[in-house]
Amino acid sequence: MNLQPFEFVVRDHGPTVLRVCRAVLGPDDAEDAWSETFLAAMQAYPRLRPDSDIVAWLVTIAHRKAIDHVRAASRRAVTLPELPDRAASQAPGWDETSGLWDALRALPLKQRQTVAYHYLIGLPYREIAAIVGGSEDAARRAAADGIAALRTSATQGALR
Amino acid sequence: MTTDPFDTLPTTDPAAFTRLHQRLESAAGDAGVLDVAYRTMDSPVGTLLLATTDLGMLRVAFDREGIDTVLEDLARDVSPRILRAPARLDGAARELDEYFAGDRRTFDLPLDLRLSHGFRRAVLEQLMHIDYGTTASYGDVAEAAGNPRAARAVGSACRTNPLPLILPCHRVVRSDGSIGQYLGGVEAKQLLLSMEAAA
Repeated sequence: MNLQPFEFVVRDHGPTVLRVCRAVLGPDDAEDAWSETFLAAMQAYPRLRPDSDIVAWLVTIAHRKAIDHVRAASRRAVTLPELPDRAASQAPGWDETSGLWDALRALPLKQRQTVAYHYLIGLPYREIAAIVGGSEDAARRAAADGIAALRTSATQGALR
Repeated sequence: MTTDPFDTLPTTDPAAFTRLHQRLESAAGDAGVLDVAYRTMDSPVGTLLLATTDLGMLRVAFDREGIDTVLEDLARDVSPRILRAPARLDGAARELDEYFAGDRRTFDLPLDLRLSHGFRRAVLEQLMHIDYGTTASYGDVAEAAGNPRAARAVGSACRTNPLPLILPCHRVVRSDGSIGQYLGGVEAKQLLLSMEAAA
């Protein structure tokens, strides 16, 4: 068994990883995180074992890149004024009227991550725990709390 | 009501994907991790795959070879760091377009011949000397490559030519004048020879 051309990895999993980046970071920072994820993945790709779980591998890289962004954003918030919205208007389903990013942003980061990894791509909690740290049960609880909060936002009409 | 909040999201965003793909192409090139760039193009002999490394043109393939299969072979034989990166092949595509329009007789492209070894490579190097609009027999090429008895091996070198059209194996025909085989199909070979004869 051999590694597939990296283009197939981008083609098959790029859209999913973009959805995850948007759910964790919001539409503005998501594209930078996606770009950093796939560049880092391409660099490391020849050393990947061909029988690896590609999605879990990509999410692991995306998770680290997203954390870098969250840290950079918190530093920026102290020293720099808020950047104007750039990508939000270009991300279908993520514009301000949908309320989705507002609802996600209200969640603690770990809930946002576990919700995205479980509900957007269906990673099992055992793998999610390996990526975000902590136990499988803690990952399951974080995702359950997060999705419950999002559903409450939806029934309250915050999500349209 | 317990609809998932993500249900309303589109699963794909083609505009963003195009933007991000282009960004990856240039970032990977700048970082030196784009080992093989490829694109496809339309031609009178069907869709063609063009692939290049930093050294030069690596592969031209016909649709009937299976584009994905050829890319999988390149991933195994050269590097899996392969991306569709059309800008890198603009020059090659332009030269091929000119060739099919009858406006070009030789190609001016750097070549990466790493996919061919030994006698097969010697055969490929002889192909460059068969002029536009002319043909040579398998035996002629065998002799020029240094082994007059190896006409059959010349046939197999042509069948595995990684750079058809650029290295003109379509100009190699049987000594009895019949057209012989072609990786792109006998009809394609006939079309190319007629086109060159008419130009």
